[in-house]
Amino acid sequence: MSNAYHIVVCAGVVPDPLQTLEPITPATVPALKNEMMLPAVLDPWAAHALYEAANLAAHAAGSKVWLVSAAPKAKLQQVMMNVAQKASFELVPIDSPASGFADAHAVAALLATVIQSIPALDRSRLLLFGGWESASRGAGVTMQLVAEQLGVVDQFQGVDQLTVQPDGSFEILERIEGGRHLVSTCQGPPALLGWATGNLPEPRNNPQIGMANMRTIMPALQRAKAGPLPQDAIRYLSVTPPKQQRQTRIVKDRSPDEIAAELLEWIVQD
Amino acid sequence: MATATPVQPELLRTLPSDAARQLLWGFADRYDLQMLVQSARAVARGPVARLVANGGRNSHEWTPAKAEMLEAFDSSGITAVFMDPEEGGLFAGPKNLVLALVAFELAWVDGGAATASLAGCLALAPIHERGTPEQQRHYMRLAAPPQPGEDRKPWRGAFCLTEPIPYVGVDTGMLNGKIRIVEWKPGEEPMLQVEKRGRFITNIGFANFVTAAVDSGDDRIKGSCMVILEEDDPGIFDRGTPTRKMVHQLSSTGDPIFNLRIPASRIVGGYDIKDGVLVPRHTHSEVIEAVFRRTRVTVGVMTAAKLLSAVEPVIRYQRGRFRGAETATPGSVRYELGLQAREDSLHRLTDVWATGEASASLAFAAARTFDELDPLEKEIEKLYAERGIMGGRAKAKLLREAADQAAALVQLSPADARKQPQNSDLLLRFVMLDSLADVLCPAAKLWNTGWGAQMMREAVSLMGGYGITEDCPGFLGNKWMDAQLEATYEGPEAVQRRQLSVTMTQPLFLAQLRSWVREMREIASEHPGTGACALATAMTMWLWTLDHLQHSKDADGGKLYQSARQGVTFPLADALCWLMAARCQILDVLRLQRQGAEDASVSEGLPGLVNFLTDLCHVQSARASGEVARICAELVFGYDRHPAWDEQGTRGCWHKDELDTLEGLIPGINSYALDVVGSDGSHPKKAGPCVSCHTAGPFLSLHTKLDACLTGSRLAKDRAAEAISKLMIPEALDYPA
Repeated sequence: MSNAYHIVVCAGVVPDPLQTLEPITPATVPALKNEMMLPAVLDPWAAHALYEAANLAAHAAGSKVWLVSAAPKAKLQQVMMNVAQKASFELVPIDSPASGFADAHAVAALLATVIQSIPALDRSRLLLFGGWESASRGAGVTMQLVAEQLGVVDQFQGVDQLTVQPDGSFEILERIEGGRHLVSTCQGPPALLGWATGNLPEPRNNPQIGMANMRTIMPALQRAKAGPLPQDAIRYLSVTPPKQQRQTRIVKDRSPDEIAAELLEWIVQD
Repeated sequence: MATATPVQPELLRTLPSDAARQLLWGFADRYDLQMLVQSARAVARGPVARLVANGGRNSHEWTPAKAEMLEAFDSSGITAVFMDPEEGGLFAGPKNLVLALVAFELAWVDGGAATASLAGCLALAPIHERGTPEQQRHYMRLAAPPQPGEDRKPWRGAFCLTEPIPYVGVDTGMLNGKIRIVEWKPGEEPMLQVEKRGRFITNIGFANFVTAAVDSGDDRIKGSCMVILEEDDPGIFDRGTPTRKMVHQLSSTGDPIFNLRIPASRIVGGYDIKDGVLVPRHTHSEVIEAVFRRTRVTVGVMTAAKLLSAVEPVIRYQRGRFRGAETATPGSVRYELGLQAREDSLHRLTDVWATGEASASLAFAAARTFDELDPLEKEIEKLYAERGIMGGRAKAKLLREAADQAAALVQLSPADARKQPQNSDLLLRFVMLDSLADVLCPAAKLWNTGWGAQMMREAVSLMGGYGITEDCPGFLGNKWMDAQLEATYEGPEAVQRRQLSVTMTQPLFLAQLRSWVREMREIASEHPGTGACALATAMTMWLWTLDHLQHSKDADGGKLYQSARQGVTFPLADALCWLMAARCQILDVLRLQRQGAEDASVSEGLPGLVNFLTDLCHVQSARASGEVARICAELVFGYDRHPAWDEQGTRGCWHKDELDTLEGLIPGINSYALDVVGSDGSHPKKAGPCVSCHTAGPFLSLHTKLDACLTGSRLAKDRAAEAISKLMIPEALDYPA
């Protein structure tokens, strides 16, 4: 039985996490102040999915990875200068807004349509990868909706590990509370895996991989079709960033146990 | 009655993005370079920054932690930048801009890391520029990082020119290394004995090979050359003790001693045998000229990176300076703006930023020029061969004639049809670029590092006492010290000034400079806020001053503009650097404005960015013009003797008796006369009668004009300062400190 996988990774772009994120509401849909001008990165959860996909493909001959990303293509091109050096993939770009305030249903429909149109994709070998969360605004439903539209019913969220068994089935570890994992077995593709952080480190940049990827990425970006998203699907009443709390005390000569106890007390107080 | 509401110009909203920088520095169409920038940045702000933050600079020795940095260079593509693809490299074609970009990214965090990277390229550069095909193939492949499936360590190199041991009377122009023939069997290759001592040799702590400059110590070897030494060659390969330097501690530096036996095939570029004498095909100075001409540009880039890297940490420090204090409540000016509520803080940061932009523009312009020049050099060599031109004199004659023709064409207006060959004729293109490169390279090395070090001190001062601690974000204190080394190595400031004093007076360059006066005026007419008009006037003043100095003598009859008179030539070289940098800065901003409007990745916020960078151009042009005016005035007037209250000096003065007589005829004349000598010889309390400036009338007119050209420059600084105070910056620096 062939172990070749067709892995489609869905990944958006988000502002670099170090940037100041200030929501504004210029019209109907909120946005982040100066978002187009801020340096962007591949959504970190989806990026982990990409690294896991590349690793899985590297160990299963004949496998292929597609990265489907909906974002302004100029922004996507800048992000690719870094991401393209980390793993081999074929980019399927969609020239669309990358706001974290877009309606998950509309985004999912757009992604599903584009995935269905990938010419060489064998849906029976399909592994749909993505992040179970997003650094932009975690609706946490986009990947499920994409999978539903593609008819993929085996779905796993918060995945930290996928192990291919000798018979071709998957053992999948999903995060649950208390730092533990739910262990599931899946017969194989097609399946959706919404990744948490996985276990792989971020690969170092490898310009040779990047140069090879760019041979297909640049033409794909030039051909990218516009994927408009409806502006009025959701009405936002208000948006605010999470509050930052800083409560500093200077305390000397406390034992590790005392510090740990105080931390625990602070964590559980809410 | 309706009143017009003034439209506020758009302000800068964020720090310039990568996409904006790509347009500014002319590599927006090179995604290969953009990728390498990201790769180098990941190394700089990752392993390198962590190494510095963990105290990696606190030792002179080469440590395992520092060695890991080299492995990061290998895996990220930095090591392979210098090689061509067939040698294991990444990019075909010229490497000047890509090396400059890598240096910029590494120096953004640590200059020593940049130096460690560049020194490997410097070691290979003699082989790359003048080596035989066999040498190039062999050493480039050895130095390339292992390809997939290969299990080997890349060779590291060091470059060893000549650094005399101080205080023992060694002339810096002399080579202290010698080669002798120790064995020469008939029909076989001669074996050479190389004795060489180096000082301050970078990468020596781990180098597997060294390219060293040596002189003949044998009648059977003619002149000087460069040789390749390997660590396993028979004899002594002593790396010496690490230099106890206080800067660039992430690079390995030491004083090696070599006494090695090598085959003559290690002479860079090979050799011929003529009448029983071994004649190297390239002298060491030929090789070095080709090498340093390019590598010095990257050093200039490094200091520019430091200045621009200081902007974000300084802004964050200034804004947060009072937060936490009882008097600074959230929402108050003191809390939100901190020190940026003070005009001085903002103005000084504006100066630092403007200098950083100008120096980056100058250095990247130099790198791009060399990228254009490199292929032309090869074509020119082919042209010599096709025309059968042999020997230095014949080549020089051909180039001189082409330079004369080019100088005449440059004077023509751009619309003149006779100007067309300037862009199409190989020789003309070559001599024009060569002339430009001859000035751009030393200017970038001299001005960026020298003035950059001064402005780095200013950046450190903006952080208060924090600036000179190890905790200072952005390692600004380290960068200040490092800048001083950059001003020194690969040819100290005096060497650059000396080179400029020759190249800047070549007729072709002067013609190019005159054409820039026109260019700046045209720019000023369309973009009046750039300060280009002031720069044009300052260029005119510089040209007038040079001509004046070339044809004038001092009060004692000594010729003014001559090689030995460095008090004249060197300041004029400094003045030119200011002009070159400010011009490059303006041209870069115009490119951004032109191309940015069509580029979706920068179009949002572009007006604010262009407004801000234009104001920085204005600030820098004003400063440059002021420096030029000061230097030129000193040179024009400084070599005349001031009139004294003696017979000759008072010859043009009024005498009190004369004035008293004339007062009856012309009432009030007494009050107009300044230098009046009394009948008893008394005179006003000052050094002497005021200087008559009748010979310097044109200069004074230019000076007056230039003063007026500064109109609006301080308003530009105010606008830039306001933009800085409102600019959005990230929450934290993207590398540890």
